[in-house]
Amino acid sequence: MNTQGRKTHIDTLGVEGGNAASAAAGTISGNRALMLEEPLIFEQDSPGTTGVDLPEPPTFKPRLGKVRERGTIGLPGLSEPEVIRHYTRLSQKNFAIDSGLYPLGSCTMKHNPRLNEKLARLPGLSDIHPMQPERTVQGALELIDTLAHWLKTLTGMPAVAMSPAAGAHGELCGMAAIRAAIEDRDGSTSHRRRVLVPESAHGTNPATAAACGFTVDAIPADATGRVDLEALKAKLGDDVAAIMLTNPNTCGLFERDIIEIADAVHKAGAFFYCDGANFNAIVGRVRPADLGIDAMHINLHKTFSTPHGGGGPGSGPVVLSEALAKFVPLPYVVHGEDGFSLVESGEDDQANGKEFGRLKGFHGQMGMFVRALAYILSHGADGLRQVASDAVLNANYVMASLKDVMTASFEGPCMHEALFDDRFLKGTGVTTLDFAKAMIDEGYHPMTMYFPLVVHGAFLIEPTETESKQSLDAFIRVMRGLAERARSGDAEHFLGAPRMTPRRRLDETGAARKPVLRWVPEVSQAEAAE
Amino acid sequence: MSIIKFTKDHEWIKLDGEVATVGITDYAQQQLGDVVFVELPEVGRNVVAGKEAAVVESVKAASEVYAPVAGDVVEVNEALADDPALVNRDPQGEGWFVKLRIENQGDLDDLLDEAAYKEYCEGLH
Repeated sequence: MNTQGRKTHIDTLGVEGGNAASAAAGTISGNRALMLEEPLIFEQDSPGTTGVDLPEPPTFKPRLGKVRERGTIGLPGLSEPEVIRHYTRLSQKNFAIDSGLYPLGSCTMKHNPRLNEKLARLPGLSDIHPMQPERTVQGALELIDTLAHWLKTLTGMPAVAMSPAAGAHGELCGMAAIRAAIEDRDGSTSHRRRVLVPESAHGTNPATAAACGFTVDAIPADATGRVDLEALKAKLGDDVAAIMLTNPNTCGLFERDIIEIADAVHKAGAFFYCDGANFNAIVGRVRPADLGIDAMHINLHKTFSTPHGGGGPGSGPVVLSEALAKFVPLPYVVHGEDGFSLVESGEDDQANGKEFGRLKGFHGQMGMFVRALAYILSHGADGLRQVASDAVLNANYVMASLKDVMTASFEGPCMHEALFDDRFLKGTGVTTLDFAKAMIDEGYHPMTMYFPLVVHGAFLIEPTETESKQSLDAFIRVMRGLAERARSGDAEHFLGAPRMTPRRRLDETGAARKPVLRWVPEVSQAEAAE
Repeated sequence: MSIIKFTKDHEWIKLDGEVATVGITDYAQQQLGDVVFVELPEVGRNVVAGKEAAVVESVKAASEVYAPVAGDVVEVNEALADDPALVNRDPQGEGWFVKLRIENQGDLDDLLDEAAYKEYCEGLH
């Protein structure tokens, strides 16, 4: 276990040597070649230093009434080059899709085309404000409407709510619409309060259901990794509000019984929410409306290549079926004789009066809408179809290339992600976590691990369509080499990994049990000790 | 003489007189990894067999702990709030979760005994 977590005081600069970082790196400075030790900006405080020399402020009479400044705000003093270096170094420590393969399953970490960025930076799109009069932003509203049209066409659904800010927010939107529809139909005292969620679901699904006031009931998987249809049917009843299903599911498998599931759910008077996180695998190939889905969020930051993972924000529009269409959140764009406008209230002339409310201050993540539409228009319908095919092809290539040395959890072929479990590590003394740490030494960001929970010690690998065969072959070579190394009895290699990172294993337990969430100046620490 | 029984969900239950102590097994704590938080029920709550009685959160996952049998919670292990690592160090001793006044002692007959539980674990993974 790591014993050399960052000490929050100045000697991590390494000027005196002899500290934990320099001992680990074996250098005087604590740096490893050009991989630099970087203290917090507060630890680099040199009081009185500023980037710009400002004149002393004139004397003034405070006009804050009884409000008094009680202390300094404690901003650190640094020069401009020091600040630039600090943030540049921090940015260099970030691993991103622009740096290498990022095979996080269920996250669709694909390349973010630069064309998207170029268009999102056009001043007419980036310098507008949501409070501007509608007549001055007709182009932006048309862009939202055009994107909405594409999303409706690709899913076959009649309506789409554009404002949700991310996937889980989209789930909230969809489930709130379902709740509104049930209360509209059965009255606000409806006893439909149970939501069925498969065991392999994203954790956000049961959390969303609970946040919307529903109780959650788990549906078991069958031996093929899919929803057990008979078990599902047995759980349906007149107290069931909805099912939340991901397709393809988090095992990377297509739910083959989905149409039968939808029929059974509808027959029971319930609604069908689909988690669209894995839409990348079927975009342009399958229309969710044809599967009987009532609501599905679309992660623009996955399928439609807008940045995520620190580079976001995300964006999670929700397509809605005819039965749910009028329960959309406010505001939304409509197209009338006088051009485009936003329906801001259920009282508006163009409103239907059934809108369930507002999810967000404004109309959604405009910058992401621009990027997503740029992606869609540059690919076209045929290009999007190929996106899905290539994503599935790449995952199956990984699966086929590794299944003789690792253990695939379910019979292939898979969809967009390849799922392995830790049976191949049995008896080696190496865990999935140890294996992931050894991948870091090899220069790879690990895959999603220990999820989904339905398999033991999961390795969930999603290469996405934007990796070339060369890139996948290099990754496969490393994975095969590590698997063979683990099975040859070299557990030590894994238990000691990572060896080449700025820090070795972090004390995750300590961080979770006793989190230090705030930097405290050394002076205060000394005072506290007295 | 106390009776100790096990569930397939990896809880143990030990009956001393009318009160039974419940915790998670050594196998369970090994699978979970380092426990970082334990959420315990309120004293006085009635728990139902097979339904959630507590939640245990580790560096890997959050899991529900199910009541092996029905009963009323008479005591919870307050020490787990400050030192959840007790669950890892001594799962079948100091790391216990709750004490139940159980409704029907006969319910214990349906659970696994030590030998059957050991055999069950060996068949896993």
